[in-house]
Amino acid sequence: MKRRTLLATGAGAAMAAALGLPARAQDKTKVGFIYVGPINDGGWTQHHHHSAMEMVHHFGDAVDFVYQENVPEGPDAERAITQMALGGADIIFTTSFGFMDPTINVAANFPDVKFEHATGYKQADNVSVYSARFYEGRAIQGTLAGRVTKSNKIGYIASVPIPEVIRGINSAYLHAKKVNPDVEFKVIWIFEWLNPAKEADAAKALIEQGCDVVLQHTDSTAPHQAAKEAGGVYTFGQAADMAEYGPMPRISSIIDNWSPYYIERVQAVIDGTWSSVNTWDGIGAGMVGIGEISDAVPAEAKAEAEAMRDAIAAGTYHPFTGPINKQDGSAWLAEGEIANDGDLAGMFFFVEGIEGDIPS
Amino acid sequence: MDINPILLLAALMVASTPILLAAIGELVVERSGVLNLGVEGMMIVGAVCGYIAGHSSGNPYLGFVGAAAAGAALSLIFAVLTQFLLTNQVATGLGLTMFGLGLSSLIGQGSKGSPDLTVSKLHIPLLADIPVIGPILFQHDVMVYLSVAIVAGVWAFLKYSRAGLILRAVGENHDAAHALGYNVRAVRVLAIMFGGACAGLAGAYISLVRVPQWIDGITAGAGWIALAIVVFASWKPWRLIAGAYLFGGVTVLQLNLQAEGLKIPVEYLSMAPYLATIVVLVMIRAGRAPASLGKSFHPST
Repeated sequence: MKRRTLLATGAGAAMAAALGLPARAQDKTKVGFIYVGPINDGGWTQHHHHSAMEMVHHFGDAVDFVYQENVPEGPDAERAITQMALGGADIIFTTSFGFMDPTINVAANFPDVKFEHATGYKQADNVSVYSARFYEGRAIQGTLAGRVTKSNKIGYIASVPIPEVIRGINSAYLHAKKVNPDVEFKVIWIFEWLNPAKEADAAKALIEQGCDVVLQHTDSTAPHQAAKEAGGVYTFGQAADMAEYGPMPRISSIIDNWSPYYIERVQAVIDGTWSSVNTWDGIGAGMVGIGEISDAVPAEAKAEAEAMRDAIAAGTYHPFTGPINKQDGSAWLAEGEIANDGDLAGMFFFVEGIEGDIPS
Repeated sequence: MDINPILLLAALMVASTPILLAAIGELVVERSGVLNLGVEGMMIVGAVCGYIAGHSSGNPYLGFVGAAAAGAALSLIFAVLTQFLLTNQVATGLGLTMFGLGLSSLIGQGSKGSPDLTVSKLHIPLLADIPVIGPILFQHDVMVYLSVAIVAGVWAFLKYSRAGLILRAVGENHDAAHALGYNVRAVRVLAIMFGGACAGLAGAYISLVRVPQWIDGITAGAGWIALAIVVFASWKPWRLIAGAYLFGGVTVLQLNLQAEGLKIPVEYLSMAPYLATIVVLVMIRAGRAPASLGKSFHPST
């Protein structure tokens, strides 16, 4: 538990102050991470931690690394972030959407500390935001899902109704529909990022209703286990490769690769060149990785998906290219029109063809 | 409609089993006059110990044995504190939950299991082949039946056995039971350990059957639901089954209705299990709590 390290370093700092020693005898940069889940969740938090560790290995002794896991979204997050800032962190990464307001609030009290908030949209002079264009990966999943499904029913375990999740559902649906006009999407909202029991129940419910592909925007591998037990059901790794469930049920994955970004930002702090930025990178920049497509997928579909991946990476194809209508039938994008980032960032509607409402 | 009622009812039994196991243990504890709010903590320690025992031995049933032992061991801390050192039961129970959550996280650090360890489903000869009823009732893993058997056993024990009568007497009036020469503390310590073992089994059911994996915080509040169901079931074993199955049933049903794209706001569906359970169990008449529930006892008084 690094929580103890955090306390220990805090106590050490207090003792150094009491002894009249210079608080920062060695010129190390202290990097802090706030995680929403445990570092062994197998998905989102584990991959942030993995990327953070790669950053630490890159810098070696030049950085001090602290983290706190299982920080609940909401008021308690503010306490955790404040504690880390008081502990002498130079830069703090807060890695969940729900940490947005707490990060902004704490940042106002610590103008000399740099903050980096993942997946949010509120920036400040000392708060950068960064996210990945996961919807690019969803386009590839949708294509594969549309190709491999036999029942034409595709299940989607959605977490919390925010634009990032809705973009993913829309992107997957559009691309599944494109290769297989008969597909139908079934969406279950569980209102949590990580709740293995609920994720397992949701996956089972979807499978029992005839879905033979289950996509997830939740963080654990529980849906894979449910699919494995049911047999003949395809899944995709989320945030981490989840390769231990391949070649079946896991046939591909979206891998969050944050380490280049972490290295770049920590380097900026070391160099004193850090400034507040808004970063939104995708497959092209390497922030979104597409996990190996397994042999359970027919070769043609695999080639098709890989071609799409390369086209997106090269910038020649955008997953949200018109014509696209909204769920109510009104036009969103005209023929050939490409969605702008503003529309995407605030997306709060389903595209035409998806059934059901987005919980508000 | 894509909802298959047979599969739905079968899923209901699986979803309800952890709550039922934890609740029946707590029911015995409360009938002996002790309020142990540490169910969640004992469950999660059972979950991680069961997971580790199961995966290191390669036998999930050994995992359940380990989980029951771990749950009972943790409850023993509560028993010593409340029965011999006379600490406040509410505070000690809450402390036990927090302790259990932290302890499980510590024990679970770096634990790795294989995705291949599974608890096989039984296929009870003849019965399992009955149409409709077979798939619903007779094709589950052994723990589902064990949980029902424990409920039946507890019911028979409390109602018909002399030991059960003593346990109830201790719960209703510990001074009178003491005056009659019964060892109040021994009865309560045994009841608490039974509750701990059941909570451990409940946790292991989540980490070995229902999910099945180990992740921090995996029980996600199921222990609190179990505690509530004991009260709403007015401390009666058969009502406990009704409450647990109702809660599990509506939980599974709401997921299915969502997948069905029903035009009911998802928020209402999500709160449905809690509402339905409270309404129904309140309607079947609230019962009376054991009279000595939550009171400390010392043989000198």
